[in-house]
Amino acid sequence: MLTSGTSRAGAPEQARPSGAHPAVGLVVLVATLVLAVALSLAVGARGTSPLTALTALLDPAALGGPTSPDVVVIRELRVPRTVIGLLVGASLGVAGVVMQGVTRNPVADPGLLGVNAGAAFAVVLGLSLLGVTSVLGLAGLALLGALAAAGLIAAVAASARAGSSPALLVVAGAAVTAGLTSLTTLVLLGDPAALDRYRFWTVGSLTGRALDDALALTPVLAVGALVAVALARALDALALGDDVARGLGFRLPRTRAAAMAAVVLLCGTATAMAGPLVFVGLVGAHGARALVGGAHARLLPVAAMLGATLVLLADALGRVVTPPGELEVGIVVAAAGAPLLVGLVRSRRVAL
Amino acid sequence: MTAAAVQVGEVDRATGLPELRRSDRRRGLLVVACLGVGLVGLAVVALSVGAVALSPGQVVEALVGGPGTEGRFVVTGLRLPRFALGAVVGAALGLAGALLQSVVRNPLASPDIVGLTGGASAAAVLAISLGATGRAVEGAALVGALGAAVAVFALSGRGVTGTRFVVVGVAVAFLAQGFLGYALTRASLTQAESAWFWLVGSVGTAAWADVGRVGGTVLAAGALLGLAHRPLGALALDDDTARAVGARPVGTRVGAITLSSALAAVAVAVAGPVAFVAFVSGPIARRLRGRGPALVTAPLVGAVVVVAADLAAQHLVPGSLSPPAGLVTGALGAPFLVWLLVRGEQKKELPA
Amino acid sequence: MTSPLLAAEGVTLGYGQRAVVHDVDLAVRPGALTVLVGANASGKSTLVRGLARLLHPSSGRITLDGTDLHRLPTRQVARTLGILPQHPVAPEGIAVADLVAHGRYPHRSFFRGHRSDDDEVVAAALEATDTAELAGRRVDELSGGQRQRVWVAMALAQQPQILLLDEPTSALDVAHQVEVLDVLRAEVRRGTTVVLVIHDLTLAARYADELVVMAGGRVVARGEPVVTLTEDVVHTAFGVRARLLEDPDTGRPVVLPRSAGDRE
Repeated sequence: MLTSGTSRAGAPEQARPSGAHPAVGLVVLVATLVLAVALSLAVGARGTSPLTALTALLDPAALGGPTSPDVVVIRELRVPRTVIGLLVGASLGVAGVVMQGVTRNPVADPGLLGVNAGAAFAVVLGLSLLGVTSVLGLAGLALLGALAAAGLIAAVAASARAGSSPALLVVAGAAVTAGLTSLTTLVLLGDPAALDRYRFWTVGSLTGRALDDALALTPVLAVGALVAVALARALDALALGDDVARGLGFRLPRTRAAAMAAVVLLCGTATAMAGPLVFVGLVGAHGARALVGGAHARLLPVAAMLGATLVLLADALGRVVTPPGELEVGIVVAAAGAPLLVGLVRSRRVAL
Repeated sequence: MTAAAVQVGEVDRATGLPELRRSDRRRGLLVVACLGVGLVGLAVVALSVGAVALSPGQVVEALVGGPGTEGRFVVTGLRLPRFALGAVVGAALGLAGALLQSVVRNPLASPDIVGLTGGASAAAVLAISLGATGRAVEGAALVGALGAAVAVFALSGRGVTGTRFVVVGVAVAFLAQGFLGYALTRASLTQAESAWFWLVGSVGTAAWADVGRVGGTVLAAGALLGLAHRPLGALALDDDTARAVGARPVGTRVGAITLSSALAAVAVAVAGPVAFVAFVSGPIARRLRGRGPALVTAPLVGAVVVVAADLAAQHLVPGSLSPPAGLVTGALGAPFLVWLLVRGEQKKELPA
Repeated sequence: MTSPLLAAEGVTLGYGQRAVVHDVDLAVRPGALTVLVGANASGKSTLVRGLARLLHPSSGRITLDGTDLHRLPTRQVARTLGILPQHPVAPEGIAVADLVAHGRYPHRSFFRGHRSDDDEVVAAALEATDTAELAGRRVDELSGGQRQRVWVAMALAQQPQILLLDEPTSALDVAHQVEVLDVLRAEVRRGTTVVLVIHDLTLAARYADELVVMAGGRVVARGEPVVTLTEDVVHTAFGVRARLLEDPDTGRPVVLPRSAGDRE
């Protein structure tokens, strides 16, 4: 009886939660991202039109050569900021989807895996004990710290014989976060100079990072993203519950380990680039779910775009809300992300 | 073939249930008694150990003797209020956490995570960065915590179902964190240091008025919960079933969350956000308790944890730096929770 | 096409220290429809979970054509052996067709994803379970019975040689129970081995080639329903007095439970 196949092949297309045709949503998404990039290049204390920004990129001579103020501001300051914002936002969005998929917990945020806390602790140790001051040095430390924290959590999860159940991962993550935060605080209480630098690192910022440093870390992000994409189908199956997923032939411990690796690579590197940005992963994952439903092959790219858009818009907004100063991107993301997330949760058709 | 079916299957039909209930009650009493003895033991240590070492006999004399007895001021003026404040703050946080986790049915629903302590912290640090000290900071923290609670409530909308409440709470927590980062970066370094100290949570500056306020809130909450323990028990079921057995889940939940917020707000205003106590007390209590309710055990666990942490911070940390209790709860509580989790997972009898 | 031999050899299964299934030997008859019956908590689901390698035996072993199931590559086992657990969870917002398509996973490779013959199998599975018109709906909007049929469709789409189903008919009306069982019957005719847990003894006797009766974590009777299902066996397994009649059309036993108040 399983041979009488007929015309139901196209049926899944009807199932998207949003009523609109999927292509329309995609166009809107891409357009918003492009707009965010344009704003990120154009907005600032020295306002320039998007056209000027484009000219500065493609044909600097038309604006008076490479030393003209517009060209310098755009090419030296805003381009690195925009590129870093794109990379960081996209990474965090993808990490958020993976994290929620593997924990089956819609509250899970990459930060909860102890990644941010591990990065913060390593940075504080670097600031206080090792006297590290270079941005790249701190970035490296942040990545190491994130890796170590996630490794710790993975070890905890693996040592439980029943296998790493989703709830265990979440609680272990919260526990490790709390422990590391306490240690961070302990170090900082005795070292005002380190506290002074730390308080600025911890709000997150896209400035003061050289483009070369960021690009040096990009391969790490690429690996993380690839692992995430390779996991898409396994994450789909995990959503059906452990029994069904195993019945379909997925090796759950391996899937969970790979997912942890992806989250650490993406999040640790993003944190290294821009400091601990909360919320991007959570909003990215929830937004993507609201737009394209539950299939991870669609969720991952959409969450990446949403995350990048959120970070770029927040950064651009932060440049103009408190003139003459700037508001760090982490603060704006938190302020803008909260209503976004609340709105998303409330608009869901299915009660959470 | 559910858990209940297996357990009931092993209980002798005639004497089973009463016996089961009796053994539950015995275990509950045993756990409470052990925690009580532990707390008394800690009290003895807390009152006798310190720069002025006193024998237990001298402590008793100082307590019952009139003014002028040797060590009277050290015991009744310094050590006893500090111990008492630790105990009531711990009890308040433990109860607040366990209550919230049980009515929202999510282990992440603790005041630390759903923004109540975050709101308190942001408001307090904002006040400090504006130059406030002492009572004014406490007041700000109280307002902040209650404000966060009201916000989470209002934004969760009707129903206040579990996951939605937690997601909205996390949003509010992140928002608070953004404010906190803003306040910390805009303050002077001196203010940032004192804010940082407050953020750790400490019971070092204890006044009897504080003890009375927090203790009174705990007692009042306990009395209310004692009256309402039946509807609270029904909340452990899903809402439809709870309604079917005659409970009013939404009303009960709203009441319980209000109570939990008040407890957390009062405790945090006095002692700062003592890390992790609210989050771990419930799980630890449940692990100790086995089956059955944890709401009596959790505040005791919280009290023991905070008092023990404060003692450890005072006497066990080497060097001149005497860290606040909140550091120890985080640094030691976290590994302890992880250990409990791993052990519990290994002994788990039935799949979750 | 003969399906491989799935067998439990002296298997004890349980959770933690608590053993639920004790020392069971059971060779599942290839190409037949085996029905597990027994009282609640008699170990049926646990045995099925063990057979589906979701649960590791604490002693004894589960074998597939003589090889220990836990030594075989997971993907290969998944192509051979399908399992529908008792309470599967559907992810929020997933569409019926997407859910059923998950059954195709073991047949895909990393580089060769979804193929058109996958679509055909999915469509046929929907058709067979009378859920084709639900393909575009969200699973969480369906009724309990519709949802159950969709899960059966997913199990069918996996096209395993051995299919294990834990109470696939418990929420269905009589028409859909018969329909799902007919579908499984047809699968058996095509060579698939089917093992299922159901509670309705009459339906079990009606469809089973082999009836396995469990009580207290052990197999107390097994064989063809006509021989196996006796009033004594029903009393042993369920603690209920029952009268057995013969179905005038099929000759299979029909079970009429006697209430304590009925007159003998």
